[in-house]
Amino acid sequence: MTETARPIIQIQNVSKRFGKVTAVDNVTLDINAGEFFVLLGPSGCGKTTLLRMIAGFELPSEGKILIDGHDMAGIPPNKRPVNMVFQSYAVFPHMSVADNVAYGLKIAGVKGGEIKDRVAEALELVKLGGFETRMPDQMSGGQRQRVALARSLVMRPKVLLLDEPLSALDAKLRAQMQFELSDLQEKVGITFVTVTHDQDEALSMACRIGVINKGEVAQLATPSDLYEYPANRFVADFVGSVNIFEGKLTLDDPDKAAVDCPGLGKVYLNHGVTGPHGADVWIALRPEKIYLHVPGEGKAVKAAAQDAPDGYNFARGKIKGMSYLGDITLFEIELESGACLRVSRPNLSRHDQEDFTWGDKVSMHWRADSPVVLLG
Amino acid sequence: MALFARTPVAPLEYSRTLWMRLWVGAVMIFLYAPLVVLVIFSFNDSKRNVVWRGFTTKYYEKAMGNDQLVEALLNSLTIAALATIVSLVLGAVAAVMLWRFRFPLKSAIDGTISLPIIVPEICLGVAFLMFFAAVNWPTDLIWPFNLGAITIAHITFCFPFVTMVVRSRLATFNREQEEAAKDLGASEWQVFRDVLIPHIKPALVAGALLSFTLSLDDFVITYFTSGPDTITFPVKVYSMVRFSVTPEVNAASTLLILLTVALTFVALKLQGVKAIAETH
Repeated sequence: MTETARPIIQIQNVSKRFGKVTAVDNVTLDINAGEFFVLLGPSGCGKTTLLRMIAGFELPSEGKILIDGHDMAGIPPNKRPVNMVFQSYAVFPHMSVADNVAYGLKIAGVKGGEIKDRVAEALELVKLGGFETRMPDQMSGGQRQRVALARSLVMRPKVLLLDEPLSALDAKLRAQMQFELSDLQEKVGITFVTVTHDQDEALSMACRIGVINKGEVAQLATPSDLYEYPANRFVADFVGSVNIFEGKLTLDDPDKAAVDCPGLGKVYLNHGVTGPHGADVWIALRPEKIYLHVPGEGKAVKAAAQDAPDGYNFARGKIKGMSYLGDITLFEIELESGACLRVSRPNLSRHDQEDFTWGDKVSMHWRADSPVVLLG
Repeated sequence: MALFARTPVAPLEYSRTLWMRLWVGAVMIFLYAPLVVLVIFSFNDSKRNVVWRGFTTKYYEKAMGNDQLVEALLNSLTIAALATIVSLVLGAVAAVMLWRFRFPLKSAIDGTISLPIIVPEICLGVAFLMFFAAVNWPTDLIWPFNLGAITIAHITFCFPFVTMVVRSRLATFNREQEEAAKDLGASEWQVFRDVLIPHIKPALVAGALLSFTLSLDDFVITYFTSGPDTITFPVKVYSMVRFSVTPEVNAASTLLILLTVALTFVALKLQGVKAIAETH
């Protein structure tokens, strides 16, 4: 995709200021044709403003937005080749499902027969066939969202914009819709741009994710790169759960590196980080990448941690808190340094959660390719 | 208590407690007893209409045969219909303007638009009397143009009510619907026609009902603006009562009550009671 990618949306040095507040700060990014792009960020980070600028509901203070190569400056929302699914769905309450979906086609002057066919096709696509005569107030939130989706898809836009599409659904439905949206996107081949604050949603649906923080792009990457190779502390912390420790870079060769963290201990990496020697860096370590052992399993720990020199990638502590979540158990472990480490452990057997309890002394290790060194 | 409650009364079932029933009954009597008396005495076979002397419907015939009374009723209905239509357009446009746009003196207009509701009717009446005299408003026009002055006066105090109900309805409008329509290609006018008007429709019906009934039963302002040829129903009833309270007045009033109740019923049916309840 990367070589043949054709940008359908080009955002070039776009800023948006509301009075003294800068909502979007000099953002430049390309969204490729046919991809499922997610703008991810905490609330108030400017991601929705960015989406609304693409749709034309806000005008950039600076910079320009190109859709399919055409500058969108001065083009109102009703003339842009994009359609939007709103957070509240904004289904017209006084129109039946079929009338809702047909609305855009009627405005566009499409002939009656074709409208009927395309409405039926769109409703089939979102699995609402047979709901034509229903009124929106007779439908659930999930169904209303499907109406909103069909209403936009029926216009065959170049880009479909979705503003927090799943935030109003309950957890089960949300998980289901994540899959359905991905499926739908593959089926229709339209570029989807979604805004969300939910990292699970972003990771599960996106081809690429743009993480937005304080109006700026913090990182632009595929879901797995974002999770495994976060570019900075904000991304590491925002996407998933993470332990972050400050440390000094003591060794930095092309094939190995070491960081001395007062909180965590000595951390060894089996790759170079190209950071200045002795620099202040941060170590990010995901909870699921830490192995937990009962004391006395020392040999096993050593054997497992043999990809690092003695005394590295190893810690001791005491279980301070734990929460059993069914599939995994989360532990909060107080290290000898006094710092806390979050560790998650999959419950591979039905009795795994009984292995540890509060106050237990434990030791931990992690592999040399697990920690991520962050320079910023 | 035992008389009413076969099953035990649940904590929140206030409508089944005795004291609540007595209270509701008392309120009903307070509200409706005068009206019931009016209707009953319209069938009274007596000229003085103070004591009951037997059942008759002859005063209905008499009232409907009273040309002046019928003319007054016709005038009232015409004025009410005209005032309602104009108030509806004026009031709705004002409400949408104040809600949607920013313009100079907006807050001043916002504050003064409901002035006709606040100002005592008697002052408005005098003001209209002076105004129409000062501008030399012609009084010798043919029907229905001779009703112009009264209609204008009625519009003045009716349209702020329309603005009020429409604005409260607009406050519940989800702006994303407007954006969704635009996103689907609609122009400003199409958004207004296809999304905004349907949303405020219940408020328009409520506003129309308010205007119509306000105009129909207005006495004070009409009294000051009506001429000898433009008597409205309330003014006519007042002049009849000045001589004597005959069952004929009762009969005419009963007919008017029936008419307004029927109109309200039709309007509610057309719109659905639920939708109107939503506006408040």
